[in-house]
Amino acid sequence: MNALAAVPDFSTMNEEAVYELANVGKTYARNKVVALEGASLTLNKGSFSSVIGSSGCGKSTLLKIMAGLIPPSTGRVILQDQPVTGPRRDIGMMFQHATLFPWRTTVENIVLPIEIRDGRAAAETAKARAHDLLDVVGLKGFENVYPNELSGGMAQRASICRMLITEPAVLLLDEPFSALDELSRDMMNMELQRICTEQNATAFLVTHSIAEAVILSDHIYVMKPRPGRLAEVVTVDLPRPRTLDMMTTPKFGAIVDYIRALLDKGEDL
Amino acid sequence: MSEVTSNAVPTSAEETIWVEHESLIDRIPRSVSMTFVFAVFVGAWQLSTNLGLVSPIILPTPAETFNDLVFVGKNLLSGDYMLGALWITVKEVIFGFALAITIGFLLGVLVGETAFGERAIMPYLVAIDTMPKVAFAPLFVAWLGFGIESKVALAAFIATFPIVVGTAAGLHAADENARMLFMTMGASRMQTLIKMKLPMGLPQIFTGLKIGAVGVMAGAITGEFLGGGKGIGELIRVAASQLHTPRVFSLILYLSLLGLALYALVTWTQRRVVFWQKNTVGGDRE
Repeated sequence: MNALAAVPDFSTMNEEAVYELANVGKTYARNKVVALEGASLTLNKGSFSSVIGSSGCGKSTLLKIMAGLIPPSTGRVILQDQPVTGPRRDIGMMFQHATLFPWRTTVENIVLPIEIRDGRAAAETAKARAHDLLDVVGLKGFENVYPNELSGGMAQRASICRMLITEPAVLLLDEPFSALDELSRDMMNMELQRICTEQNATAFLVTHSIAEAVILSDHIYVMKPRPGRLAEVVTVDLPRPRTLDMMTTPKFGAIVDYIRALLDKGEDL
Repeated sequence: MSEVTSNAVPTSAEETIWVEHESLIDRIPRSVSMTFVFAVFVGAWQLSTNLGLVSPIILPTPAETFNDLVFVGKNLLSGDYMLGALWITVKEVIFGFALAITIGFLLGVLVGETAFGERAIMPYLVAIDTMPKVAFAPLFVAWLGFGIESKVALAAFIATFPIVVGTAAGLHAADENARMLFMTMGASRMQTLIKMKLPMGLPQIFTGLKIGAVGVMAGAITGEFLGGGKGIGELIRVAASQLHTPRVFSLILYLSLLGLALYALVTWTQRRVVFWQKNTVGGDRE
């Protein structure tokens, strides 16, 4: 375990930075609330990072800025050497709810981002890739099934495919499995790890669960509120691939305890 | 660390059997219970006329009404004057409904999708909606004459408002998740409307259409009562003025069949278009 005091750029030599935030802040003009202050982070190619913090610590503001949904008040947001000035196809996003549309079959839901950006013909062509992705997430054979026949976990698998269909450079995961039951959640987290490794994806996860953050991440950003800021980066040096058995090891427990202590300190402020 | 102890689920030696009892009244099949209610209703009706509780001018006997139903049915089937009247009413209803759907849908999109529509147009629509719309009938006659046009206008006028409200409510039905998803996909406003908000709002839109379908019938018949129409409404008015109550009853029954057909058409369309919707109120599916 390696805890860094400030928020430095920790990118190691050989690794390629995909997403860079430098001194990003957000002040909402309406009520002059400082939601985020001086956030700097770098996501390297193929890395998995998480952000954790109590409610109202600016997590969702940070994620919205990274997704290009709202502009930052200060700072630089650079994805693949291009400043983020709006939603982009190289940003994949996944939410707590699968939000599959019931009038579209599973495969039609998956190619929806292509249909929106490139039109119907391109979406038709992308169906071949959608079939491959369904195979990757273990939903082969459910291509032409309507979403109301899918279970919660299956729907989230389909929404993983929808996120991956545009071949994004970064995956932004907003508490993706928090609506699932605990057994499914553990299993889906392991699936997520496998898929990210296979696709060599760069992932950024927002979560409320310390255990989930630790089991999945290389780096965990601990956020503190008022003003929202990245207080500390915790590096998780558990070996990969991670397994659910690791959650009972002393090392895992020590990292969890360390992060919990950091979050508790945040509460006192 | 203590060892995890676990016990096997005990297998019961003897089974406890208890049967769930459903009360007798809940087990009567639908057809039987419906027939029973109908028989009680007709029986009470027959009894009250037999005992002379009401004057036959006010309430005809069930037999008289049935005979008149047969007479009107024969007249309709033989293509006599009643069929002509029915056709006129059907045209008023169809044109009125089509007009209400067109105007109602467009206004609904304007109100539901744009802030301008919601701020500037909706208050006026609500104001007009609270007025007794039947009171406008003489105006429509004055503007459009005694022909079918004034009846179509009144029918459409009554049916438009529920369709506006249904469409606007439907466009607001899209949840935050779906909106956020479309934003991240970089969807334009038009794409969001057509590919997400409208399909998501279809259940509410169809609810508006069903209420509109009921209103359009009321509008067409009221229009005929007040503006010298030539449809079924006029036949009812004439029969009532001659105190020919069995005819009034049988014409109302045939009219209700027309209303039922229109409602069924909307429900049928809804089941096909909104195939993913499981339960529809009024359109029982399983």
